[in-house]
Amino acid sequence: MLSVTNLAVRFQTRRGPVDALKGVSLDVASGEILGVVGESGSGKSVTAYSIMRLLEAGGQVTDGTVRYGGVDLSDPTETQMGNIRGREISMIFQNPRAALNPIRRVGDQIGDVLRRHARATRTTARAEAIRALEAVRIRDAAARVDAYPFELSGGMCQRVVIALALACDPKLLIMDEPTTGLDITTQKAVMDLVADLIRDRGMSAILITHDLGLASGYCDRIMVMRDGEVVERGTPLSLFTTPDHPYTRRLIDATPRLGAQIRELLPVEARTPLPERRVEDEPLLEVRNLVKTFPSRSGPVHAVRDVSFTINKGQTLGLVGESGCGKSTTSSMVVRLLDPTSGQIIFRGEDLAATPASRFARDPRRARIQMVFQDATNSLNPRHTSRQSIAEPLRRLGDGASDERIAELADLVGLPLPLLDRFPHQLSGGQKARVGIARAIALDPDLLILDEPTAALDVSSQAVVLNLLIDLQARLGISYLFVSHDLNVVRLLCDQVIVMQGGSIVEQGPAEQVMRNPATDYTRTLVAAAPQPPALQQEEQGL
Amino acid sequence: MSVTTASPGTFSHIGYVLRGNPVTLLSFVMFAILIIAAVLGPLLVPYDPLASEAANALQPPSWEHWFGTDNLGRDVFSRVVIATRLDLMISISAVTLSLMAGSILGAAAGYWGGWLDAVLNRVMDTIMAFPLFVLAMGIVAALGNTVENIVYATAVINTPFYARLVRAEVNIRREAGFVHAAKLAGNSDIRVLAMHIFPNALPPMMVQMSLNLGWAILNAAGLSFIGLGVRPPTAEWGIMVAEGANFIVSGEWWLAVFPGLALMFAVFTFNLMGDGLRDIVDPRQRT
Repeated sequence: MLSVTNLAVRFQTRRGPVDALKGVSLDVASGEILGVVGESGSGKSVTAYSIMRLLEAGGQVTDGTVRYGGVDLSDPTETQMGNIRGREISMIFQNPRAALNPIRRVGDQIGDVLRRHARATRTTARAEAIRALEAVRIRDAAARVDAYPFELSGGMCQRVVIALALACDPKLLIMDEPTTGLDITTQKAVMDLVADLIRDRGMSAILITHDLGLASGYCDRIMVMRDGEVVERGTPLSLFTTPDHPYTRRLIDATPRLGAQIRELLPVEARTPLPERRVEDEPLLEVRNLVKTFPSRSGPVHAVRDVSFTINKGQTLGLVGESGCGKSTTSSMVVRLLDPTSGQIIFRGEDLAATPASRFARDPRRARIQMVFQDATNSLNPRHTSRQSIAEPLRRLGDGASDERIAELADLVGLPLPLLDRFPHQLSGGQKARVGIARAIALDPDLLILDEPTAALDVSSQAVVLNLLIDLQARLGISYLFVSHDLNVVRLLCDQVIVMQGGSIVEQGPAEQVMRNPATDYTRTLVAAAPQPPALQQEEQGL
Repeated sequence: MSVTTASPGTFSHIGYVLRGNPVTLLSFVMFAILIIAAVLGPLLVPYDPLASEAANALQPPSWEHWFGTDNLGRDVFSRVVIATRLDLMISISAVTLSLMAGSILGAAAGYWGGWLDAVLNRVMDTIMAFPLFVLAMGIVAALGNTVENIVYATAVINTPFYARLVRAEVNIRREAGFVHAAKLAGNSDIRVLAMHIFPNALPPMMVQMSLNLGWAILNAAGLSFIGLGVRPPTAEWGIMVAEGANFIVSGEWWLAVFPGLALMFAVFTFNLMGDGLRDIVDPRQRT
């Protein structure tokens, strides 16, 4: 149905031309879902954008042909593409909030597309939009049709984007990382929905993702890309059982999965023995009856209700739940950026909650609790070089920022020294994560809060960063509070796990036990939502 | 700790911005001409700008007097060049004052919010509700007819623009990850605001500042034109245009046109400079 041959794309940049695609070919048959898997910079998104002719300025298709349904689209006119986009080929973008116009009601946005392709008139647009929303299983569609994007949750927004994409019954759907930024349970719900819709309507689809596990769960065929080239193609099963290319092997290794140990995420040659960790019996942090209530116009919002837990010296505690479960509020309170409504945070015998958050910055105990933030890009000052970022805590709370100490920290986290003088936008995601970790451990803290430190990273960077964290723990004896929605990742790093729902703890226990034998339905849903590679699924079923 | 990051790449980055955008380069050349005229003016001009020579009054432009002479026989070219210093000084000091005041007020309002934000916003609304030039006239008339008061008046009417801009820029970064990180590193609220958030608001401020320099010059000249502020016989573009305007009807156009052109040149320079300045102070423009 869609056939791309030898596609090449070149971008003009300040440093001269960059070849983003070097001769990529792909075919999508009718009714088939093709997975395009690769890490950032592999050219997987550029492939989709060049098929849709939506390349940003500076990008140019230099070679190759695109044929869709027998029509040559290698050099289409804008009118031709206008008719094809939406009606024949549709696209779902990475960030659903950015893909929706924030100041227009979602129903109007769907109506626009329908009218553009003459599927509805001004009078029927609203009713058609409601039908489109019902098709993506949005409850109470008649009311939601008048909602603005900011009134909807992330998962709901993505459903609206899907409704938009499917409004005109396209034959081919291109999904560019459709579940980035969504919870693992929402991811599963959205992907199951799309897969059902695609099957019911007999459509074809291209799923672009960095998550090999996700692709293998939903795609008929997968192609693996690296540096603008296709390195391997195959069915999910054959890729996982007999990968030909070493890069595919590495990707499969780096994908967190049941049964794998943390070192097994790394390429074989990098698997050093896991260093000995000492978990002491002595509690470092005791959180007692922590409560946080936010006032709001529609009454108080109970973000955290009566949460208690203990972290021992050298231990890693996982805090798991969907977005809105109160895990981030809890970690903000523990790290003393937020004041609890009531409750105690006892750290080495002293109640930290007694000192208000606004005065805690100058408290001598500030250096003992540090944090690694979720989004490495957002958490580094864009005007500071890596060196300045790492030096900041040393200057303010330590004995001054000597070049030796900074070099030592960079070395600890595996950041090459020349990168110390770069600005955040000149670093890759993995490098930024390292800067964030170096900054957090600069003061030798006793407790480090890790707020989804790998959420924005590719699987192979994630594997490296997770291993770095466990090595650092063994070397420095830090305790971790690891906040995440991804149980697959939590299990790798954590000794104990707490599962939160609606502000309360619903389950806690040793990580392996919670994963293997969840006691509550909620935990079971979380565990089931994590995509698992096909080879392992079969094993599981065989057991 | 410096607010701006002066790394070895700074000069090559400025070079890159100037090469990449000829308009920026042009505006910088024009700005250099203004600065040279302001700093070295007295050394460059052929005549004393205040020396009148009744015999030589109202001469049209010639090789001897490039821009002609005025009704008192003073050389218009010398006066236009000499006036650059005063006009630039008024506008730069006014803009600096309003930049500082606006930054402090706007940053506080954007960071702490609440009643402080509400009160400051209403005060700024009130200032902006006046026709700004009329407000400046009122301030100068009330405070007294001096150059300093022109500076203060111009600063007051420009402050709300900075305060608004800084408030918005600070507000969107208040909850950013790097702000939390700065607090974890032991920075107090004021330090976080001054050292981490505020520098990130600089790029759009540069555009505003550059445009504002142009407005400020126009404003100062306008006040002088209607007889407030700078008084004759001081050389100042606004007064010169005002004085020359009387002679346009009788055909002596050069008295008003040349200072007017100088004014235009200055405003044009500042308007062109904004985007280039922003690109230079924004580290994200570097690769």
